[in-house]
Amino acid sequence: MARRVLAINPWPGLIVAGLVTFFSLGTLAAVAIRADSFGALDQFDVAAVRFTIVQAFWSAVLSVALAIPVARALARRSFWGRRALVTLLGAPFILPVIVAILGLTAVFGRNGIVAYGLNLAGLEPISIYGLHGVLLAHVFFNLPLATRLLIHGWGSVPAEQFRLAASLDFSGRDVFWHIEWPMLRNLVPGLLVVIFLICTTSFAVALTFGGGPKATTVELAIYQAFKFDFDIGKAALLAGVQFTICGVAALASLWLAVPQAVMGGQDRVFQRFDTGRVTSKIVDGVWIIFATLFLAVPLLAIVMQGAPYILSLPTSVWSSALRSLVTALGSAGLTIVFAVSLSLAALRWRWLEGLGMLSVAASPLVMGTGLFIMVFPFVEPARVALLITALVNAVMSLPFVLRAIGPAVRACEDRFGPLSDSLGMTGWARVRLVILPRIRAPLGFSAGLAAALSMGDLGVVTLFARPDGATLPLQIYRLMGAYRMEQAMGAALLLLFLSLALFYLFDRGGRGHAKS
Amino acid sequence: MLSLEGAVIAQDGFTLKADFRVKAGRRVAVLGPSGAGKSTLLAAIGGYVTVTQGDIVWDGRSISNLQPNQRPVSNVFQDNNLFPHMTALQNVGLGINPNLRLNAADKQRVLDALIAVGLSGMEDRLPAALSGGQQSRVALARLLVQQKQLVLLDEPFSALGPAMRIEMADLAQAVGARIGATVMMVSHDIKDVERFAEDVLWVEDGICHLPRALGDFLKDPPAGFTSYVGE
Repeated sequence: MARRVLAINPWPGLIVAGLVTFFSLGTLAAVAIRADSFGALDQFDVAAVRFTIVQAFWSAVLSVALAIPVARALARRSFWGRRALVTLLGAPFILPVIVAILGLTAVFGRNGIVAYGLNLAGLEPISIYGLHGVLLAHVFFNLPLATRLLIHGWGSVPAEQFRLAASLDFSGRDVFWHIEWPMLRNLVPGLLVVIFLICTTSFAVALTFGGGPKATTVELAIYQAFKFDFDIGKAALLAGVQFTICGVAALASLWLAVPQAVMGGQDRVFQRFDTGRVTSKIVDGVWIIFATLFLAVPLLAIVMQGAPYILSLPTSVWSSALRSLVTALGSAGLTIVFAVSLSLAALRWRWLEGLGMLSVAASPLVMGTGLFIMVFPFVEPARVALLITALVNAVMSLPFVLRAIGPAVRACEDRFGPLSDSLGMTGWARVRLVILPRIRAPLGFSAGLAAALSMGDLGVVTLFARPDGATLPLQIYRLMGAYRMEQAMGAALLLLFLSLALFYLFDRGGRGHAKS
Repeated sequence: MLSLEGAVIAQDGFTLKADFRVKAGRRVAVLGPSGAGKSTLLAAIGGYVTVTQGDIVWDGRSISNLQPNQRPVSNVFQDNNLFPHMTALQNVGLGINPNLRLNAADKQRVLDALIAVGLSGMEDRLPAALSGGQQSRVALARLLVQQKQLVLLDEPFSALGPAMRIEMADLAQAVGARIGATVMMVSHDIKDVERFAEDVLWVEDGICHLPRALGDFLKDPPAGFTSYVGE
């Protein structure tokens, strides 16, 4: 029996585990205590439940269906700019939702490029609001995610299989059915569930593109019950419904094989032998161009339409940007402390890492509702808006960050644990001198990710913030609501720049002066 | 004096029995086929694996229940002996203070140790800027400042070439003599052993045999040794 040396105090990790459980489940309990009976769901609420499920379902199906040909094209073609495109596919993960919304509006909206083209052809412009817009935004965010994971799937097929296919003279269809379909069959169900889950909790998209009796999600209904009717009982009841939807989807994702590599992952082009035909080259080319345009044009629209206004933005935008920066940095700090403590305690109790993933199933709006109910009797919620935003963002970032930090801490202990034990390095000395320096790269990446996610978050803060206490994404949303689109565009460009800069600086800081 | 008294060590379904004594200040080679339990034996003495029965005793005091750093033991492992992000000076300094807070006298001790192993002027280098042999020297310098009475070397030089291994075996011998420690070294190479050891401890099939003097051992080796060496 190997001796388990208890070199580092697990208490901080246990406290964090308690905090995460409290945020994910405790807030729900607070909500449940306040909830009316289920009979109080009116027809609008039932419609919201139906819309949530329907839009999440179609978002998942469309994202994956479009991602399959794109991933296939990217997996088997090497061309100039391929690496840049694969990097671009990672960008939506840290892209603030409100920026994407504005970019999509600029392209697909009433005054957008597509509408202009339809007009020239004598056609009616399509509306970006309602189900269309929600699906569009969700596909914009999840098509890249699905594509990256599927490229990974193609990369995991042994190269010998394709060589064998060539020697057996397989047609393109044979390759698909004998080699690619078995891989997809393993990967796709998990992918669908993950995207479904993401889309049930994407509040900002529903807030901007949804609304009205036909296109309200449960989270939006929670927000409205709170903000407009101040009906805490109703909000609480809806929070319970939302948690149930997320919980079922999360359980399904546990049951299915969910692809793991969210970011990074291997990226090679395998030499294939079934790619020579001209039609297949054209088809792949069309898909690659489609994906590039679909992702790049909305972002370019933000840059081009926002740039003229960025220097003349009102003071309120700059002060909200400052507020957002402080929140994002605080949230990144909290995320790192949480993730490192939890990973260290998980050296002893592995299941703690799973507990840290609990917030995958939680809805930030439900957390916000619960926290609002809890703090409301004691302090004015607006006074703790930024603190609560930073905390909720940190808890929400934890599942992604733990995937980077957990394995790095374990690898460090496997490699240097015996030496550290032999030298009597315990407690803080061990963390400071051994673990933190060894996990610098994932630490920087994680801090960047957490900062960018918090910088762009438009969720809990909408419940708490006063008009003069907005974060930058909330300020942009308000500018949009006031039809000041030029300023909104300028502010969106600022937000885009800040989010990417935060990610870049932290990630770079972690990798800089890398010592072997 | 180190004595293992009816010790039974179980690890991953494998059991090792050890009942022997090693006199203070001896240099002992631990030899045996791979998978016989040589590293497990050192891990048990070092405190990384618990003994399920019996006792490990140093100078009349049981050390079986002490943490690795509380035992009179210093180690050089097969690999990962140096932290790659620390300089040679810091890597050795950890042997004095695991917090790495070193005063001027401590630093001087570290520098003296580095000079003793032939690394003068290299104290500020990171391991990546040192050759494999120099990295081994840093690990040996740390033994000098740790001043522990039992030094355990678990195939410490297996990554080095034959000539360098012999040089390191000599240096390990000198380091052991300087601190007056008992040294136990696991090795695969009979040349290293002939160069370094006074006694040989033969481990085979989960049993540690009694240590024997090197010449005696080579004159009348156990049957397993002949097939192991292939002569």
